[in-house]
Amino acid sequence: MSVTIEQVERIAHLAKLTFSQEEKEKFTAQFNQILEYVETLNTLDLSGVEPMHHVWEVTNVFREDVEQPSLSTDETLANAPNRKMDYFSVPKVIG
Amino acid sequence: MSPSRDWSIEETAAHLRAGDVTAVSLAEEALARIAADDEQLGAWLHVDREHALTQAQAADDRLRAGDNITELTGVPLAIKDNFNVVGLPATAGSKILGDYVAPYESTATARLRRAGAVLVGKTNLDEFAMGSSGEYSGFRPTKNPWNLAYTPGGSSSGSAVAVAARHVPGALGTDTGGSIRLPASHCGVVGVKPSYGRVSRYGIFAFASSLDQVGPFARTVRDGALLLQHLAGHDERDATTVPLAVPNYLAACERGLDGLRIGMPREYFGPGIQPQVEEAVRRAIQVMKQNGAEVLDVSLPHTPYCVAAYYLIAPAECSSNLARYDGVRYGVRAAGDDLGAMYTATRRHGFGPEVTRRILLGAFALSAGYYDAYYLKALKARTLIRNDFLKVFNEVDVIAAPVAPEPAIRLGERLDDPLAMYLSDILTIGVNLAGICGLSTPCALSSEGLPIGLQLLGPAFGEEKMFAAAAGYEAMAGNEWPWPEVAR
Repeated sequence: MSVTIEQVERIAHLAKLTFSQEEKEKFTAQFNQILEYVETLNTLDLSGVEPMHHVWEVTNVFREDVEQPSLSTDETLANAPNRKMDYFSVPKVIG
Repeated sequence: MSPSRDWSIEETAAHLRAGDVTAVSLAEEALARIAADDEQLGAWLHVDREHALTQAQAADDRLRAGDNITELTGVPLAIKDNFNVVGLPATAGSKILGDYVAPYESTATARLRRAGAVLVGKTNLDEFAMGSSGEYSGFRPTKNPWNLAYTPGGSSSGSAVAVAARHVPGALGTDTGGSIRLPASHCGVVGVKPSYGRVSRYGIFAFASSLDQVGPFARTVRDGALLLQHLAGHDERDATTVPLAVPNYLAACERGLDGLRIGMPREYFGPGIQPQVEEAVRRAIQVMKQNGAEVLDVSLPHTPYCVAAYYLIAPAECSSNLARYDGVRYGVRAAGDDLGAMYTATRRHGFGPEVTRRILLGAFALSAGYYDAYYLKALKARTLIRNDFLKVFNEVDVIAAPVAPEPAIRLGERLDDPLAMYLSDILTIGVNLAGICGLSTPCALSSEGLPIGLQLLGPAFGEEKMFAAAAGYEAMAGNEWPWPEVAR
């Protein structure tokens, strides 16, 4: 299968990305080239094969619920692009 | 020029203990070499003189007091810029993290610091470790010290170059699909990708969490083993690290080649591999055979599917991991009228073309209607690829193969051809998909004078056999060629 510019636009929107028309055309062409290549997987017989989600069988690991040192508020906010008091500040959410 | 630049880590440690040199003088020399070379090479993104000298002074105090000295005490090292080192910038090679300063410390760098190593600075990389040539750095490309017209391989481009150009004797990198082994091969140094779960990833910028692994660069196999000795082990902050005892890797380096069963996978030789690369690797395997190793033909039949499986799985995980870069809590924010517009503007200005491509590809592979057709198939193919390795490691101790189908490529050669770039990973990504260990060690120079690496793979948590083969080869091969003198 191949994807259209419109499909690329839709996925870009989902991933919060945006492009110029020229970039969209280039990405769509490269995208189709890559998809054509990965379709080699269709030549494999995968019936009865379990998907491999993890390298090892991992289970959730819990620690004792005791207080441990963590970053201070100032350290946590030190990289904030926009800080107001002890909060991260963002543009309005609803227009 | 001081002789210290040619010393291995072990030699450096011996001179420090003997009191011939101080950690401060070694750090000064490393800083001077970087200042002289790096405008040409582009290996470093951030060098902090004061930070380095403070650590070196502390190491000298430790050495003088004879207090808790390790082989790394006072040794200058380079750290890939996708590790958090508290107080230093960490960009992961991305403009989106252009002003980020690490508020906490990665486990790997904490372990090196605890051993007394001097972290000189942070090295260049393909943005978020996505790339095979070092050219996708958001800041500047890294160049190959053997020939400045060539790429050094990626994504740990700066760490490989910092060691090859003898700025420092060792470095830290990450390997998700070959990002340690590929630049090690192209720069003529040793690069080790440990088994998945062997080294903590706590404090590195996640790219593809089921594949990412931390590992060292060095100029000798023993130094690679030594660095891994300090890095390896369980960490409660990374639940994928296994609570297994860490073997003595330096002792493993002394095992020798006698009776070691080495498998040559037929899919890693032949069509698609440049003849001079294949010949160099076959010669290296011959050296191991002549020194007691048993060489067997083996097969990894699903090798042709590795690139396809990887370039669905890794982008899928990347699209999820990189969703956190939204301009809210850290990084460079671009202006937008409302929250959604701010997210989109930040990501447009912050991410480069390869990262954008992979986020898109991953979001597509995971999206409704395509999950079964792409992502799920890739996960099933991954099972078959892992089973190939499990089966072969029933028959052999170690697998020997080329690292890359060809020596380093020229700058710009594949910059706009992502698929061709992806295919250069064909011999390294199976290792990550299977979770096993692998390393690259130099075995020849090409007709153009560029290094060619030998790849040695071990089973999961079988680093000892891999080091035995690599150190055994290194001792017997007698590969002596001058290190590159960077043109000025």
